[in-house]
Amino acid sequence: MPIATKEDVAQRVNEALVEFGADADAITPEARFEALDVDSLDLVELAQIAEDDYGVELKTEDLKRIETVGQAIDLIAERAG
Amino acid sequence: MSRRVVITGVGAVTPLGVGAEALIERWAAGESGIVDGLGTCREFDAAELLDRRAARRSDRFTQLALVAAAEALGQAGWDDARPIAAERAGCVIGTGIGGIGTIEDQHDILRDRGAGSVSPLGVPLLMSNAASGAVAMRHGLKGQCYGTVSACAAGAHAIGAGLRMIQHGDADACVVGGAESALTPLAKAAFAAMAATSPSGVSRPFDARRDGFVMGEGAGVLVLEAEGAARGRGATPLAVLSGYGATADAHHITAPEPSGDGAARAMRAALADAGRTPADVDYVNAHGTSTPLNDRSETAAIKSALGEHATRVPVSSTKSAIGHLLGAAGAVEAVATTLALQRGIVPPTVGWEQREDDLDLDYVPDRGRGLARNGHAPVALSNSFGFGGHNAVLCLEAA
Repeated sequence: MPIATKEDVAQRVNEALVEFGADADAITPEARFEALDVDSLDLVELAQIAEDDYGVELKTEDLKRIETVGQAIDLIAERAG
Repeated sequence: MSRRVVITGVGAVTPLGVGAEALIERWAAGESGIVDGLGTCREFDAAELLDRRAARRSDRFTQLALVAAAEALGQAGWDDARPIAAERAGCVIGTGIGGIGTIEDQHDILRDRGAGSVSPLGVPLLMSNAASGAVAMRHGLKGQCYGTVSACAAGAHAIGAGLRMIQHGDADACVVGGAESALTPLAKAAFAAMAATSPSGVSRPFDARRDGFVMGEGAGVLVLEAEGAARGRGATPLAVLSGYGATADAHHITAPEPSGDGAARAMRAALADAGRTPADVDYVNAHGTSTPLNDRSETAAIKSALGEHATRVPVSSTKSAIGHLLGAAGAVEAVATTLALQRGIVPPTVGWEQREDDLDLDYVPDRGRGLARNGHAPVALSNSFGFGGHNAVLCLEAA
């Protein structure tokens, strides 16, 4: 698995959120998942993508902790690095 | 005296196209939507008709229901503002199988990639009540909401349940219907294994050459309202849903009771519920699957229920034009019957040519014809029967 940069992760997370149905223009690092209408089921899918693409395991506790797009990108990038 | 219930909107997605208009116009013209032995909704594109989030959070059977429901509620005039309190509006949508496409896809993922890769959307997509929940959520219907599951009678049972809900005063309106999308490898193989589906790929109900049903997919949705509430807000009823009868054969896991007794009892019950007699019936929208057993026992049932009048009543099968939509069939056929009554037409049994001994009713070959005027508002029965011995019959009348 190639080393992922934070930019790679950010792009992949953005793509996933758009696929989930979030408004692309509203996706910023500060955006809260609740405001994007991204729910716990979407976050489980995001965790599966992190595992498939970066070998990063996000547990249920991790998903409960992340509330913004930036927090998700940081957590995945940190563990992928 | 229970409340009269009217139909104020209908919607359908069928192999004849997206919209109830395509269904009735093309069927009445004797066209068929069956291609290569399947009734696929080829014109249906969820990505075009639903927003991305709704589309990815629903199995195809739910997607079909959402589009049919939007059409029905639009016609009922519920587009901009719901005309009654949310808590007084119910939603009952039936299905035969539910999200079998999702089940098959997720099983592939489980086998190939492991349990950790199974989608968290698996359960909400595959569950048989998903369509009713999704329609209620989309349109803010907060009364009773559930799915009915009775194989190929599920759509008719859903409509009957909605009728009773309003008559009983539990709701003032109910969005009812059926949805199915089971043109999947497993479902096709399983129906073929029991020799239910047609090897020739031709749906020709009541014809001597019939050799099984043609699988189809689609959805039908109707808006039912208490007549007083509907007329009070200025809505124009398309038809009256005047009666409902449901019985069980208690006979065999798939085969109908040969004499058609269970089906006949359901037809009689629907007529009695509507306060009508056999002589009042002007049209029968048959279950007419194109299987050797159903069409024979249904013909016997019609003769038993309507007596001497049976030979004078036109009987046609929507399945001749779209195939068998399983749990959606009863609802789509109720939509078609509603529009046939409204327009005063009897659509044909497309492709019917060869008579079989004892199958000697008027099956309306070739083209549709005008509905005979017998000195009263036309009355129709719509039959639905399901594997497991489920019989559900609706009585509809021109408004």
